[in-house]
Amino acid sequence: MNKISINRFKDKAFMVFGVFCTFFGLFMLAIFVGDVVLKGVDRISWEFITNLPSRFPEKAGIFTALMGTCWILFLTAIIAIPLGVFAGLYLEEYGKRNRFAAILEINITNLAGIPSIIYGLLGLEIFARVMGLGQSVLTGALTLSLLILPIIIVSTRESVRAVPRSLREASLALGATKWQTIWYQVLPASGGGILTGVILALSRAVGEAAPLIVVGALAYVPFAPSTPLDEFSVLPIQIYNWASRPQQGFVINAAAAIVILLIVTFLMNGIAIYFRNKWQKKIKW
Amino acid sequence: MSKKLIAKNVNVFYDQTHVIKNVSLEIDANSVAAFIGPSGCGKSTFLRLYNRMNDLIEGFRKEGDVLLDGKDIYRNDMRVEDLRKKVGMVFQKPNPFPKSIYENVIYGLRIRGVNNKNLLDETVERALRQSALWDEVKDNLKKSALALSGGQQQRLCIARAIATEPSVVLMDEPASALDPISSAKIEELIYELKSQYTIIIVTHNMQQAGRVSDTTAFFYLGELVEFDTTKKIFMNPSDTRTQDYITGRFG
Amino acid sequence: MKIPEKVIVSFLALCAAMTVLITAGILYTLGAETIQFFNEVSLVDFLTDTQWTPLFSDKHFGILPLLTGTILTSFIAIFFALPIGLTIAVYMNEYAPSSFSTRIKPILEILAAVPTVVYGYFALTVVTPFLQNFIPSLSSFNALSAGFVMGIMIIPLISSLSQDALYAVPKSLREASYGLGATRLQTSFNVLVPAASSGIIVSVILAISRAVGETMIVAIAAGMQPNMTLDPTVPIQTITTYIVQISMGDVPHGSLEYRTIFAAGISLFVLTFTLNNLSFWFKKKYQQKYE
Repeated sequence: MNKISINRFKDKAFMVFGVFCTFFGLFMLAIFVGDVVLKGVDRISWEFITNLPSRFPEKAGIFTALMGTCWILFLTAIIAIPLGVFAGLYLEEYGKRNRFAAILEINITNLAGIPSIIYGLLGLEIFARVMGLGQSVLTGALTLSLLILPIIIVSTRESVRAVPRSLREASLALGATKWQTIWYQVLPASGGGILTGVILALSRAVGEAAPLIVVGALAYVPFAPSTPLDEFSVLPIQIYNWASRPQQGFVINAAAAIVILLIVTFLMNGIAIYFRNKWQKKIKW
Repeated sequence: MSKKLIAKNVNVFYDQTHVIKNVSLEIDANSVAAFIGPSGCGKSTFLRLYNRMNDLIEGFRKEGDVLLDGKDIYRNDMRVEDLRKKVGMVFQKPNPFPKSIYENVIYGLRIRGVNNKNLLDETVERALRQSALWDEVKDNLKKSALALSGGQQQRLCIARAIATEPSVVLMDEPASALDPISSAKIEELIYELKSQYTIIIVTHNMQQAGRVSDTTAFFYLGELVEFDTTKKIFMNPSDTRTQDYITGRFG
Repeated sequence: MKIPEKVIVSFLALCAAMTVLITAGILYTLGAETIQFFNEVSLVDFLTDTQWTPLFSDKHFGILPLLTGTILTSFIAIFFALPIGLTIAVYMNEYAPSSFSTRIKPILEILAAVPTVVYGYFALTVVTPFLQNFIPSLSSFNALSAGFVMGIMIIPLISSLSQDALYAVPKSLREASYGLGATRLQTSFNVLVPAASSGIIVSVILAISRAVGETMIVAIAAGMQPNMTLDPTVPIQTITTYIVQISMGDVPHGSLEYRTIFAAGISLFVLTFTLNNLSFWFKKKYQQKYE
C-alpha cells in the first residue's frame, strides 16, 4: 500500500471508531438498564409502591420515599421557578449595563459549578439550624431550589434572548411599557424554552441524594410527610440505603426502586425535549 | 395648513458617531412625507425620533428639539407610552404578535386597560376597514395572525397601529418585504389614510415615493440635503446630489 | 396591572440579588465552621498529616488521604471519558452527517441526566463483579469501578464542549488543510484539535471539576476508607463521601466531628472554585483568539 491509501484506510478506521465511541456510553447504559430491569422488575408491584419501609426486604416498600420525592418536587418547583424566572428576566431585560448585573453574572456562573454537596452544607447550617426548620422537607426543598436556581436562570435568559427584536418593537411602538412588553409578549413567546429548562432542572432535583443526606434527610422514615415541616426521605436516598446493605433482597429492592426513579427521570427529560422541539419550531416565524 | 411635526436643529449621536447632523424639518398635518436617501443616511434614525424608539438603543444621544403639535416630545413630563399612542409605527418586516387577528388589533387598547367589549369590537372593525383588511378576515378574527400572508400581515400591522387613533403614522419601508401586488395595496392604503393621519414613510423605492407622497426629504450622510414638494424634488431638485440620487447615479 | 413599573423592576432585581445571598451563605457557612475547626486543629497538620481518622480515638486530621482519593477517582474518570469524548467530538464535527449529530446529541445527554445513585449502583453491582473476572484481587469497593462509571457520566460534557470548540475553528483553516490533500483524520488531529486546544482544555477542566464534586457514585462503589493510596483496586474515601458518611451518622452539632465536614467542604469548594475559574480564564483566552 502506498502512503495515500494508508492514510485513507486510517481515515476509514477512525470513522468506525467514532461510531463505536458515540454508542459506547449508550451501550453501557443499555446494559445497566437491562440488568436493573431484569433484577428489579419482578419486585415491582402495587404493594412495593404502597408499602412502608421494613426490616424485611420482601415487605419493604417505597411509599414514604416516593411521597418524599413528590413533596420535594412540588415545593422545589414553587420556590425555584418564580425566583429563577424573575431573576433571569431581570438580568436579561433590565440589568444589561450596570455593574451590579456584571457581578451577578459572574456569581451565577460560579454557583452553577459548585458541587451539590456544598449546597447541602449550606442548607444544614442556614435552613436546618439558623432558621430552625430542622430536617424537614422544606429544608430539603429550599436547598435543592438554590441548587437548581442557576439552571433556571440561564435557560430563562437564553429563551428570552431568542425572542425576536421585532416583536418587542411592535409592542413598544404601540405604547406598551417595558414590563407590559415582557409580560404580554416576551414571556409567552419564550415560555416553551423556559419550561424546558425548568423541567430539566426539576429532573435534576429529583435525582439528587447527596445534599439531602447532608441536610438530614433520613434513610428510614416510618411515615410519609404530611406537612412541609415533617421529616422525609426520597427515592435516591432509599436506593442508596438499600444498595449499601449486604442482603440480596435489599439489592433487588434497590433495583426495583431504580426502575421507578429512571421512569420518572426519563419521563421528565422526554417531556422537556418535546417542549424544546415544539418551541424551536414555533420560534421561527 | 398647520405644522404637525417640527424638528429644530436636531443632532443625533450613537456614542461618538454623529448620525444626524443639524436637521430642521417641518411636516404639515394630513400630508404624506417621504424620506429618501441611500442606506445608512440616517433617514430611519430620523423617523424613529418622532416616537422615541431610538431611546432603546444604547449610546443614543440627541440635541435640538422635536415638537408634536407645538409641544416638545422629549420634555421631562412626556411619557413615551402616551407619545407612542399618538404616533403609531409600522415596521419594515410585518411583525404581528403570535396571537389572533382580533387580539393583535386591540393590543394597544388592552395595555391601557380598555375592556369594554363593544368598544373593542368597534375598534377592530374600524381599524380593519381602514386598512382594507376587513373583508378578507371578518369571518376569521380568532385565527392566528401568523396564518395570514405577508401583505395581509402588514395591513394588519397598519390596522394595529391606527387602532389607538394616533394622529401620526410612521412607516419604515413598509412595503420592502412584500410582493408587488401587496406593495401596491399598501400604497393605495397610504393614500386613503392621508385624510385622517399625518404619514411619514421611509422608502428606498423612488417610484413609490413619487407616487404616494406630497413632500419628500432627501437625506445624505446624516444631513438633510433638500426638503420640498415631491414634484419639485423629482422634477427640478435644487441640489446636484439630489439630482444624482434620483436619476440613479448612486445609492 | 396597576403595580408601578418601578416596584416590579425592584422585585425582579431582588430575585436576582438572591443569588449573591447564596454565595454569601456558602462562604459564611463554610468559613464560620472552618475557623472553629482550625481553633482546635492546626492548619499544618490538616495539610500535611497523612492520616484522616476523626472518628477514632487516635484522631488525625490530615486531608491528604481524602484528597488523594478524590484525585484518584477523578483521574480514572477523565482517563476513560477524555479519549471517548474527544473522539465523539471529532467524529460529530468532521465525519457524521449533521442530521445524525443533531439527533444523537440529546440522546447522549441522557448519560448526564441519569441520577448518580443509579450509576453508583451499577458500579457496585455490575462493573465491579465483571472486573473481578479479570482482576481477582479487586476489592468489592474500589476506585476503578467508581471512576469508570463516573467517566461514562461525563462523556457528554466533554464531547459537547469539545465539539463547540472544534466548530469554532475558522473554516479557512479547515479548507487550507483539505486543499493540501489531507484526509479528514489528518485535518482533525493536525489542524482542528490543536487550534481548538484551549476549548478542549476547558471541557476537561470542567469535567474534572464535575468529577471532584461527584458524591453518590463514590459513596456507593468506592468505599469509605481514607487510604492514602493510588492503587485503584482497594477501597478509598473521597472528600464528598466523608461528608456523606458523617451526615448519615448522628454527630452532634458543635462537636469537632461536625466541624470536620465543613473543613472538608471548604477544601472541596476551593478545589472546584479554582478549577472553574481556570476554565473561565481559558475560555476567555480562546474566544479572543478568533474574534
